[in-house]
Amino acid sequence: MDDLLSDFLTETNESLAEADLALVKLEQEPQHAPTLSLIFRLVHTIKGTCGFLGLPRLERVAHAAENVLGRVRDGVLPVTPDLITAILGSLDRIKLIVAGLASNGVEPDGKDTDLILNLDAISEGKAPSATPTVAPPATLPAEPPKPAEAERPAIPMPPSEPPPPSVPESVAGDPTAPEQAMAGQTIRVGVDVIENLMTLVSELVLTRNQLLQQARSHENSGFTGPLQRLSHITSDLQEGVMKTRMQPIGNAWNKLPRIVRDLARELDKKIELTMLGAETELDRQVLELIKDPLTHMVRNSGDHGLETTAERRAAGKADTGRIKLNAFHEGGHIVIEIADDGRGLPIERIKSKVLSKGLATEADLASMSDEVIQRFIFRAGFSTAAAVTAVSGRGVGMDVVKTNIERIGGTIELKSRPGEGTVFTIKIPLTLAIVSALIVQAGEERFAIPQISVVELVRAREGTHAAQAVDQQTVTSLVERINGTPVLRLRDRLLPLVSLDVLLRLREPAHQHTSTAALATHAKGDDSLTIIVAKVGASEVGLIVDRVFDTEEIVVKPVAPVLRHISMFSGNTILGDGSVIMILDPSGIARASGIAGASDGRHANTSATSHIASEILPDKTAMLLFRVGDHDIKAVPLGLVARLENIVQDRIECAAGLPVTQYRGRLMRLVPMSGHVDLTKTHQSVLVFTDSNTGASGDRRMGLIVEEIVDVVEESLHIELCGSKVGVLGTAIIAGRATDVIDTSYWLTQAQPDWFDTLPETQDGGSHRARLLVVEDSDFFRQMIVPVLQAAGYDVIGVPDAAKALTLRDNGLMFNAIISDIEMPGMDGLGFVRAVRASGAWSDLPMIALSGRVSERDIERGREAGFTDYVGKFAKEALLASLRQCLAHSPYCEPPALRMVA
Amino acid sequence: MRANDLASAIGAGHDEVALRQEEVFVTLSVADQLCGIPVLAVRDVLGPQAITRIPLAPREVAGSLNLRGRIVTAIDLRRRLCLPPAPAGTAQMSIVAEQSGELYALLVDQVSEVLSLSLRQFERNPPTLPQEWARFSTGVYRLQGRLMAVLDVGRLLALSTEPA
Repeated sequence: MDDLLSDFLTETNESLAEADLALVKLEQEPQHAPTLSLIFRLVHTIKGTCGFLGLPRLERVAHAAENVLGRVRDGVLPVTPDLITAILGSLDRIKLIVAGLASNGVEPDGKDTDLILNLDAISEGKAPSATPTVAPPATLPAEPPKPAEAERPAIPMPPSEPPPPSVPESVAGDPTAPEQAMAGQTIRVGVDVIENLMTLVSELVLTRNQLLQQARSHENSGFTGPLQRLSHITSDLQEGVMKTRMQPIGNAWNKLPRIVRDLARELDKKIELTMLGAETELDRQVLELIKDPLTHMVRNSGDHGLETTAERRAAGKADTGRIKLNAFHEGGHIVIEIADDGRGLPIERIKSKVLSKGLATEADLASMSDEVIQRFIFRAGFSTAAAVTAVSGRGVGMDVVKTNIERIGGTIELKSRPGEGTVFTIKIPLTLAIVSALIVQAGEERFAIPQISVVELVRAREGTHAAQAVDQQTVTSLVERINGTPVLRLRDRLLPLVSLDVLLRLREPAHQHTSTAALATHAKGDDSLTIIVAKVGASEVGLIVDRVFDTEEIVVKPVAPVLRHISMFSGNTILGDGSVIMILDPSGIARASGIAGASDGRHANTSATSHIASEILPDKTAMLLFRVGDHDIKAVPLGLVARLENIVQDRIECAAGLPVTQYRGRLMRLVPMSGHVDLTKTHQSVLVFTDSNTGASGDRRMGLIVEEIVDVVEESLHIELCGSKVGVLGTAIIAGRATDVIDTSYWLTQAQPDWFDTLPETQDGGSHRARLLVVEDSDFFRQMIVPVLQAAGYDVIGVPDAAKALTLRDNGLMFNAIISDIEMPGMDGLGFVRAVRASGAWSDLPMIALSGRVSERDIERGREAGFTDYVGKFAKEALLASLRQCLAHSPYCEPPALRMVA
Repeated sequence: MRANDLASAIGAGHDEVALRQEEVFVTLSVADQLCGIPVLAVRDVLGPQAITRIPLAPREVAGSLNLRGRIVTAIDLRRRLCLPPAPAGTAQMSIVAEQSGELYALLVDQVSEVLSLSLRQFERNPPTLPQEWARFSTGVYRLQGRLMAVLDVGRLLALSTEPA
């Protein structure tokens, strides 16, 4: 018997049982319209399906019954007991036929003419319908126990075994049916029964835990043995009940082939759907929750992901696009991959959409990697399909998919390669009901952290210069501070640290303003910290806690509605000792603390400096290291610093409540990096920043007071972690230590809030500022150079690569000069200058090359390719001088389409 | 009639309630003020409980407690009514009420007797009643020697989710 038929039998048996009940109810309440329409609908469905499956006998009976019901519904016929009897009779006949169908796979032979004639007569209102035409009544009581008659609507439980393909006895009275034994193998149980069982088991697990906890304090009592047994049995029971809830993921997939087929027809594409691992089992509840997101994603792949046949041919691919679903177990998770071999995510389209939706600025986008940009498709209201097709783009976007998956503790990642396709990877927990959790304490409170997101526990020690040498022998992990913010150096990685009690505001407000204070309070006596390394999507975060207790099996319960807005909790539970405890949600914590966040949440803050990137600058850069506070080392590229000064304390004066000094005949604002001027010192170390190209208004200058100038080192920068911290661009490991690289533009505005506002005018005295384009692939360097140029009075746009720059040209944007890096991925600076010189509106613009390599040969090559000038990276003065020269030579032209980019 | 419906019926106005001659209340005191909650809105009365504090919760939320395996959100009635906190060491009792399937415990200073009161003793809120009280009180009963404010459980539990 095929699946279709067995489904039909299951469904029909349910419908019949329901119709029986409803008919009886209708007899009692003849005027109850909803009951009548329910019966009508049920019978109608049976009729319709019969026609579809080619079951003429059934169809005829159902049709006749439907006719009568139709007349009743139209108000032509009254509901009489006789009429009900006639309908019930027809239902009985249908049951009879269905039973025969179930045992033999074909409709049993027989005639229903009398029944149908009677029904027809009733429907025409003629017959008294007095003759109950219940078909061969003798066979009815002998009707076999129906395999699929549940007392209530139920979802087929172990669907791997379709409803028993056979019925023990055939209606025709074939008593020697061989399948009698089969009937007992599966039973259908209402979902609510299973749910209830699950709740009870959960409670039992809790009680067991409670007992175990108490037993721990009375060792060697007589309870130990039986308790052990109880514990084992409870675990087995839990597992067993869980198993009843497990369903193969194929159940969520079975509609997909049809959907894909329709999709292919509608879009005129050729699509092949492969499904692997359909037998992978997961919890029913989880299955229900991912059904819709999965369907949506497959639709998306077919609609947006795969190209049309013509496009595929043009791209040299096979005509048939492939969508592949793959499910497998991994740890306590189930992983589902949805892959297509289509065009990949269109980065440029996503970018323009991001801009038009105002989700980020051009500058932000320029500093983002492709992976980060692709994740914008998970934002609300984002659909890249240019046109809303009938298939997708109906407002249910990937954001809904992501939200649904995250709601059940899952994650979604995507990988996309232009022209090669896109792979979505969904990772979800096997079950939601019982999870293992680590119980920790922060402040006075205890919290549970799902074990699944805990990577490791680390004991770390406060790192100081003095302690470092000792530490290296004993404790491997070191907590260092960057501007007071702790980070953990763990096996050559930097991990952002979040103090749980600060984040959850568990301490008195007085102690909260600096995390240093909080950190100090953690370090009780033995100045060691307990850090839980938790996984959040693809990144990790360290949670500082006060104490770690045990792991415990907990039953996740949703929090009360008034607490649902607190994103840091994913639920609450009752522990073995009977106390209520909140369950922490690491992704919520990461989002709330603005660090490595829930992968795309990291760009919620659109400030260009707030984003996290890891990049390696290929060239060695001279960095000035200096100390702020006792052991906080910071760095700044040496090229940005004009001079280093040691200023005598006496010469520091106060003007308008702010420290200033007379410097080379003029007043210079001083900004203490630590927040206050240490008056006990006789000399202050000052980094002087100036802004010297500004002609009439004279050069502006600012002094940054630091504790001590430590060193100048030349290193390749590996900017590893950028926080949303003010005044800091990012962190790099310099001379073996985690070091903050400061954001000079921030400190300049500290000295003079209008540093970037009252920008000096350009040489021609006009009101227009010269407009520059900076092409530079390193986010770090772009963030460094753009403010410097802005401070010098230019309008600056930065882009990450040559292709992007040329797009701007093709869009009709005009600049006064272009500054370009030489070493860039894709088209390099030399290729770029050749492309610009070759044609287009920019062919006569002055172009300045920036490079770490400034040998004669390099300069020669640069000039040959078409660069006007060649300047070393971080040679700020040289760059500004070069710019002045270039702009003086080129006729100043007003950029025609200047306002297009805003 | 469900407890909450009753509460809102009382809230809806005096006239509907006037159909019933007697009303039964659980009386309680909070900061020395006698209050009443319709008995049908009350599911449980609890003695002092261990309450788990919930960080970042709205300020009225005192925490959560375990009531026979169910997690109950505790609302501090004093904070809800903008009253000063209870003196240290006060063993607060609580009244458990249900709101759309969720259980809430209202922390009060003292729960006293159950009174059956005649509607003739009922008065609307005096117009001069401060907003903090008028928001939650549906009226006042004149008792022997003192007044009892009727609290609307539905409104008390309609917390905004603004963080503290």
